[in-house]
Amino acid sequence: MLKYTEDHEWLKQEGDEIVVGITAHASEQLGDVVFIELPEVGREVEAGEEIVVIESVKAASDIVVPVAGVITAVNEALPDSPGAVNDDPAGAWFFRIRPAAVDLSGFMDEAAYKALIG
Amino acid sequence: MADLRRTPLFSLHMSLGARMVAFAGWEMPVQYPMGVLNEHLHTRAHAGLFDVSHMGQVILRGPEVAQALEALVPADVAGLAEGRQRYGLFTTPEGGVLDDLMFANKGDHLYLVVNAACAEADIAHLRGLQARGIEVEVVTDRALLALQGPEAEAVLARLVPGVVAMKFMDVAEFDWAGVTLWVSRSGYTGEDGFEISVPKAQAEALARALLDQPEVAPIGLGARDSLRLEAGMPLYGHDMDAATTPGAAGLGWSIPKVRRLGGARAGGFPGAETVLAELVAGPARVRQGLRPEGRAPIREGVAIFDAPEGGVQIGTVCSGGFGPSVGAPVAMAILPAHQAPGDTVWAELRGKRLPARVSPLPFHQPGYRR
Repeated sequence: MLKYTEDHEWLKQEGDEIVVGITAHASEQLGDVVFIELPEVGREVEAGEEIVVIESVKAASDIVVPVAGVITAVNEALPDSPGAVNDDPAGAWFFRIRPAAVDLSGFMDEAAYKALIG
Repeated sequence: MADLRRTPLFSLHMSLGARMVAFAGWEMPVQYPMGVLNEHLHTRAHAGLFDVSHMGQVILRGPEVAQALEALVPADVAGLAEGRQRYGLFTTPEGGVLDDLMFANKGDHLYLVVNAACAEADIAHLRGLQARGIEVEVVTDRALLALQGPEAEAVLARLVPGVVAMKFMDVAEFDWAGVTLWVSRSGYTGEDGFEISVPKAQAEALARALLDQPEVAPIGLGARDSLRLEAGMPLYGHDMDAATTPGAAGLGWSIPKVRRLGGARAGGFPGAETVLAELVAGPARVRQGLRPEGRAPIREGVAIFDAPEGGVQIGTVCSGGFGPSVGAPVAMAILPAHQAPGDTVWAELRGKRLPARVSPLPFHQPGYRR
């Protein structure tokens, strides 16, 4: 089951890792994405750290780390086809992170996220 | 969005699903559901319809009206043939740029189009000509549409057959559905196209008639900005302002010989001494194109350095973003004049210096019908 952050990211638990992407709502708000810079695999990151640069035709924005942990993988295909974020936001994951312990109970479920974006 | 002005096409924009933003005191469409990228590409391939009714339309009438405008604008107004239009600048007493404008000779009057953000200041500036017996009429009962792209002529000719005889920068009047359209063959995209002044009451009907043509899509301000950036066209308040001379803005070409030192009507406009001296010596700094080497766009405000580390800052990006037709980021910055196309400079982005090549403008070759 997907969880959601107030920064319009979706979080999916897979084993002891969390896969992170952005929501369809976020991709619509951003507009056409033209550039993505991903973090290095193996990097230790803190919650709230800005580790992905995402630029649309309109503006630059960041994706923040939802929970502290180690980046275990990044979606290498994304920088070469940034439009995938608009075409398929649910499939266009950005990175996988391994926290000390996976606990997504503090994040929104789909109903709560839908209420947030109205 | 309280206190914002709306154009006669506001309800049309809403019905087309536009996302509206505040721009220069107006509530304007920034994009439609097609999205900025596809709106841009559609305009380059087919035809795009823009609502530019927020721009100021002004009529000047009176004795020696061309000479009067030359007192404010360093252009050849007196030598402009009837039915023709030119680009010019309002200059400040310090030699900066107050605004840019289009002016057309329509026989018994001059017709001007000025930027929305500057319209009030421009009109106040023009009213200074009243002392010379010039009547300044602000056109408040008309909307302004732009139809741009390689298929614009074919589209508009279905409604107004006479436009096929127009060349780039011609102006003419045509009857359509019982009203008079003021048409110029010009625009702000680097494509062939037209700007069409239409009475407000018929603006939506004209827009719908154009949108009914299969080649035409509505285009918002987002794509208008990327189109003009690829075309190397400056935007007032970004690429030039009161602190930028015409030479530094890369707009010295708009000042013809006849208004330069040694010309028959040299000077005689605000800031002439500064502006003309700079054109003789060549400006020390001039607006140039930049092509970042990677895929990261460099936007307005990004600092440009002369070295990958250390060195000195040699300029600041004044317009920049992704160029959909170029397929890569493009930018403009006012740089030392000795920088030449092919030189490498460095843009400081998020604490990193990224190489960019100085590039000739425009980034996209225009498709004008001369």
